[in-house]
Parts: sequence; structure tokens; C-alpha cells
Amino acid sequence: MHKWIITNNPLVRDKLNESIDVDYRPCSYLELLQAARDEIHEGAVLLTHPLSGSVKPGETPYKSIMLAGGKRSFSGTGAGSSKALKTDFASVELIESAVETCQKFLQHARWPEPEKLSEQVHRDFQVVDYTLIISAFPSAGISRD
Amino acid sequence: MKLQLGYIDIRDIKFDKNPRIENGVLYVDPDALIASVLQDELIKNAHLEIAKPGESVRITPVKDVIEPRVKVEGRGGVFPGMVAKVDTVGSGKTYVLRGMAVVTCGKICGFQEGIIDMSGPGADYTPFSKLNNLCLVIEPQEGVKQHEYEHACRMAGLNMAAAIAELARELTPDETKDFETLTVKEGMEKYPDLPRVAYVQMLQSQGLLHDTYVYGVDAKRTLPTLISPTETMDGAIVSGNCVSACDKNTTYHHENNPVVADLFEQHGKTLNFVGMIITNENVYLADKQRSSDHTAELAEYLSLDGAVISQEGFGNPDTDLIMNCVKIEDKGIKTVIITDEYAGQDGKSQSLADADPKANACVTGGNANMVIRLPKMDKVIGTLDYVNVIAGAHEGSLQPDGSIEAELQVITGATNELGFNKLSAR
Repeated sequence: MHKWIITNNPLVRDKLNESIDVDYRPCSYLELLQAARDEIHEGAVLLTHPLSGSVKPGETPYKSIMLAGGKRSFSGTGAGSSKALKTDFASVELIESAVETCQKFLQHARWPEPEKLSEQVHRDFQVVDYTLIISAFPSAGISRD
Repeated sequence: MKLQLGYIDIRDIKFDKNPRIENGVLYVDPDALIASVLQDELIKNAHLEIAKPGESVRITPVKDVIEPRVKVEGRGGVFPGMVAKVDTVGSGKTYVLRGMAVVTCGKICGFQEGIIDMSGPGADYTPFSKLNNLCLVIEPQEGVKQHEYEHACRMAGLNMAAAIAELARELTPDETKDFETLTVKEGMEKYPDLPRVAYVQMLQSQGLLHDTYVYGVDAKRTLPTLISPTETMDGAIVSGNCVSACDKNTTYHHENNPVVADLFEQHGKTLNFVGMIITNENVYLADKQRSSDHTAELAEYLSLDGAVISQEGFGNPDTDLIMNCVKIEDKGIKTVIITDEYAGQDGKSQSLADADPKANACVTGGNANMVIRLPKMDKVIGTLDYVNVIAGAHEGSLQPDGSIEAELQVITGATNELGFNKLSAR
């Protein structure tokens, strides 16, 4: 099945777009989870945990998630099939729970707004998110060369 | 497998040109130790500082905490696959420099390394305030990538701990303790009426900077396996984890795993401590499925009656924790899980990102969101540059008077998920 990454991390977009199909969305962490949720409701399957990393929502602005299939598979960007899409309920459960957890964290967060973080801190957060998503590459059978 | 630990108590650390341990005092030559650290070309500068219990000292950002140990009899050497050659450890005799640690300090991910206060209210939350700490403060060369620098820091700390421990090789320990793991057959014959209990330790393995090494191998590239608990006492498991100061397992935690210690304490009395299953916490969902399946298979294979499961981290690992718990329970084996909580500053929110009715016996290391105030300290080892952006802090955490207001998660080891702390929750 066509594997792809949905991300709001520009570093992931820039460094991985030759290894895997990357759907870059310049949005917040919560909005990114919600976008992934929408894709999952339309047939995509989660391949990586949406709350990967011990850097919590509300602390890091960046998130990347690997998905398989869904409507992006036959949107012209990937080599998918035109079979009727089925919803993967295990993926739905996991992403809905992640959205809920994220909302809980944001409610309590006193973390500085992303625009107030220094460039270096942004870069560090991007690198951590990037390292988390590439750690899934060997298991997903994706080469970075 | 049988191991004797010989404890050599270190009551003070001093700098001296003649390195030795004498009357409980560790004398180290900072110039010689630093010269060795600077052999790594990724490290630009390094220096040593000493922090003692009760002093007005704040150490930050803390990377790892390591207890020096040396193998004096038996196979292999301490930190196999990292410092010593790969060889099975966990038997013979090992000497421990008790009461001290090597603390590596350096900014890797600016927002994630924690704080150790040696006195004041913050000191109560970290076990490392009670140790004499030899702090290795490291600065990388310009442009070095985070994961390369993490490796350099990790190896500098482990090598320094190993070099210091060599000073104890010819000494006589202040105390000795014996630990033995029986084979499956021996254990069944010796304790036929005691419940068979194993420890399932989940190792942080989510990616670069979130890693744990077993005999030098990155845990995310392993399947769950059995090890003797005494192997952990010889440094078979080493931390490469740079995130979540409050609930990451430092190398010191792995060497002194309290679950292992308590299960050994009860071994032959109330239970038969069969051994240890180590598993990982990968981000790839198929890996989670495979690892939790194997963990449950191993638990069944060992004919367990009970298992204690500890996790490391939050969010993604909560899923592994619940998968392990449910699958082991489904084999008819009772489980107890150990975690910490992110229950909001008022403690009223759901604590974990995942849950199941079968997870009905849970030990908590405390609520990492609790707000604390840390007074100004006279001396800072490292830098306060990252205090406002450390996880659990916020803009303005560092007050004009030098005090800090932040969540408990800024303190190294505060809500450790092996239970190596004094916090709990009501």
C-alpha cells in the first residue's frame, strides 16, 4: 500500500520528500492531528503512533505521522488503487484518542507561543520530530538513499 | 547466574594530581580526565565540577547520570558493547562506587535536559541530590549534529565512569551483597509453592535521542528477550535518552533498578523472581504489535503467575504499556504496571494517553504537571540559558531573582517510572 507522511515540519518536507511522499501542511500540532484524523476517516491507515516522542503536545509545534493508503493513494501523487476505501477502526480509535490527549495538553499549556520561540529552539524541535519519523523507516521498508 | 556486588562508599570527591580512593574520599585528576574526553574531536571544550549534597548548587542541563562500577572477577566488563568488549556480564564480582555519580551536562536538545538541585525543595524530588556528583560539563564543536553530539556525550560519561571505577579494583568493599538468578528448572524445584514473577522492562526506543542500548545494540532493532537481572547491574543497559528529564531512565537507574532490587529482596520469601523480559517502545505500530506479542509469549513460556511492567516516557509508550498489560493478562498472568502521570496542574485530567480495564493494578511515580518553585542557588553548574524553554517550564519560569517556577517535570528523575523516587499520588 502507498506509504506517505503528513507533517507540519518543514525539515521533514525538505529532507524526506525524495524518499517518501510528503504531504506538508503549515498548521498547528492539533490541526495536523485533525488533518490526519480526516484522512483516516477516509480510508488511510496509521503506521506510526500519533503521539510519538516524549516531547508533549503544547511543547513542540511539530508533528509527522506516517500513513498508508487513503484518498492520497489515487490522487495522482502515489501509486494506489481505486478499490473502495474501508475505514480502519484501530487507526480511528488511536487518532481520536491522540486528538483528545492533545486538546487536554493545550488546555493546560503555559508553553510560549511558537512564534516566540527562538530559531534554534524551532530547529531543535524540528530535528527531534524528524528523528522520530525516520526511526520508523527501517520497519516500513523505506530507504533514505 | 550469580553476582556479588561489593560497595565502596564514597563520602567526598576532591581534585588531586594523584588519583586514588582513600578513606572514602575519591581523588581525581581533572586534567588527565579532561584530556581523555577531548580526544573526541566533536567535543570543543569540557571541564569538571564537583557538587555535594546540601550545597547551594543547581546542575542544568543534565544529560545522564552514571554510577562507576568495575568488574573484578568473572566474565566481561562493565558497560559491555559500549566500553568493555561484548561478553555476557552478570556473574562474578563487581565493585560499585556507592554514594557518587558522574553527571554529564550539556545542551543537546535545549528544551529537554533537566535540573538537579543539591539543596532546597528541588533536592527532595531527585535522588541525585543525595550523591557526590562529579559533573562533566561539555561543549560541542560548532555545527555538530545533535545525535552525533549525544553519542559523544554518552561515551565521554561512560568512559569517565569506567576510568574512575578502575581506582577501586584492588580495594576491599565496605559491604557486599549476593544476587542469584536460577534456571527455570532449578527455580521450579527450589520454590515449588511460590508464585513465579518476572519483570518486564520497556526500554525507550522511539528514535535518535530517544534511545536505549542493550550490550551496545539499539533497542529499537531488537525483539523482546530474556536477560538475567544481574546483567543490568553490570551496565548491560545504557541510556541514550535525551528527552523528558523527570521520567527518563538514566544509566544510574538501569544500574540500580529498584524493581530488580525489590524483586530480589522478596525472592525465595514471597515469590520466585524468575527473570527479566526486556522489550522496546517503537513508533511504528507493526513493531508495537510484534513486540507486545513476543513479550506475552515469553511470559507464558516462563509459566509466570505474575509480571511487573515498567514503561519509560509518555504518549506513544502508554500504548505499548497497555498492549503488554492486556496481552499478558489474556494469558492468565496477573500484571502490575508502573508509570507516572500527566494529569494537568490540578491533577484532575486523565493521567495516561491509553487505558484498559485489565490494567487494574497500577503504581504511579507522581504527577509531572505539578507546579513547584525552586529558589535561587548560589552556583550554577552548566547554564540557565534553557530554563525558560525546558519541558515543563514556560516563558518567565526563570524569575528576575533567579528562582524558577515550573512543572515538576523539569527535575531529573522526579517522577521516574521505575519507582526510583519518593513521590506517589493520593
